[in-house]
Amino acid sequence: MFEVGLEHYLTLAALLFTIGVFGMFLNRKNVIVILMSIELMLLAVNINFVSFSAYLDDLVGQVFTMFILTVAAAEAAIGLAILVVFFRNKGSIAVEDISSMRG
Amino acid sequence: MIIQALAFYLFAGILTLSSLMVITARNPVHSVLFLILTFFNSAGLFILLGAEFVGMIMVIVYVGAVAVLFLFVVMMLDISFADLRKGAMQYVPIGLFIGAVLLTELVLVYGAWQFAPDVGLNLAAPAMRFEDATNAESLGQVLYTDYVLAFQLAGLILFVAMVGAIVLTLRKRPSVRKQSVAEQQRRKAEDVLEMHKITPGTGI
Repeated sequence: MFEVGLEHYLTLAALLFTIGVFGMFLNRKNVIVILMSIELMLLAVNINFVSFSAYLDDLVGQVFTMFILTVAAAEAAIGLAILVVFFRNKGSIAVEDISSMRG
Repeated sequence: MIIQALAFYLFAGILTLSSLMVITARNPVHSVLFLILTFFNSAGLFILLGAEFVGMIMVIVYVGAVAVLFLFVVMMLDISFADLRKGAMQYVPIGLFIGAVLLTELVLVYGAWQFAPDVGLNLAAPAMRFEDATNAESLGQVLYTDYVLAFQLAGLILFVAMVGAIVLTLRKRPSVRKQSVAEQQRRKAEDVLEMHKITPGTGI
């Protein structure tokens, strides 16, 4: 119980990832919260990487965490930019309204 | 050892609770603030694991940049977020089902993880190679040697993302008058001035 092992971190990351997936279902219309859920899932992956890195004594996990961080930052920037442009054109951010390209 | 365990359970508990609040909060501003709390606690976990540099980067990049970006966008868009929540409960059962299946599978896979006995032979960058270096130093020694190409590509991704975000949100507004210095410099007196000979008393 008081010996924190790799399993504890992996279970925590699994829980966080599941919360992220569930958040997408719960906020199905709100793109901003969906983007936040994606950030939560990326955070879960980061926790996995860092905990494996720590318990294996291998530094590559931390290096890859930084790459995931980069991609997450770029993804958030682009996603929010698209959101702002969409809101400017449509006046709404509901997911259902993003269907104007449907045939 | 017991302090380490207590710190882990403290950080993990707040992490889980605040991430639950991120997805259930009614007000998106509260969601963003709970997201910041989540990132802080994960940074604490990283420091507990001995990855100080990644923990600090987590605070700087996520809290300082990404979360503030979210906050800006939430405050900039004038939306009734209450309308967006209507009918959301319809998808909760299927979401709970998928979440439960996913969590069960992940815990079954990860819960009893054991390393192979000779896993130490397969490490790409064993930490003992950098015996007396700090975490940041040893990370730099791996990042700038073996992974320098990936590092440069990450910089390129950030650059493309920056250009993309600017191009997407830039708009030309024809109604707004702007000063064009080149136009002003190109203007010549003979293009815009006309000379007339006016005889006195006749008018134009």
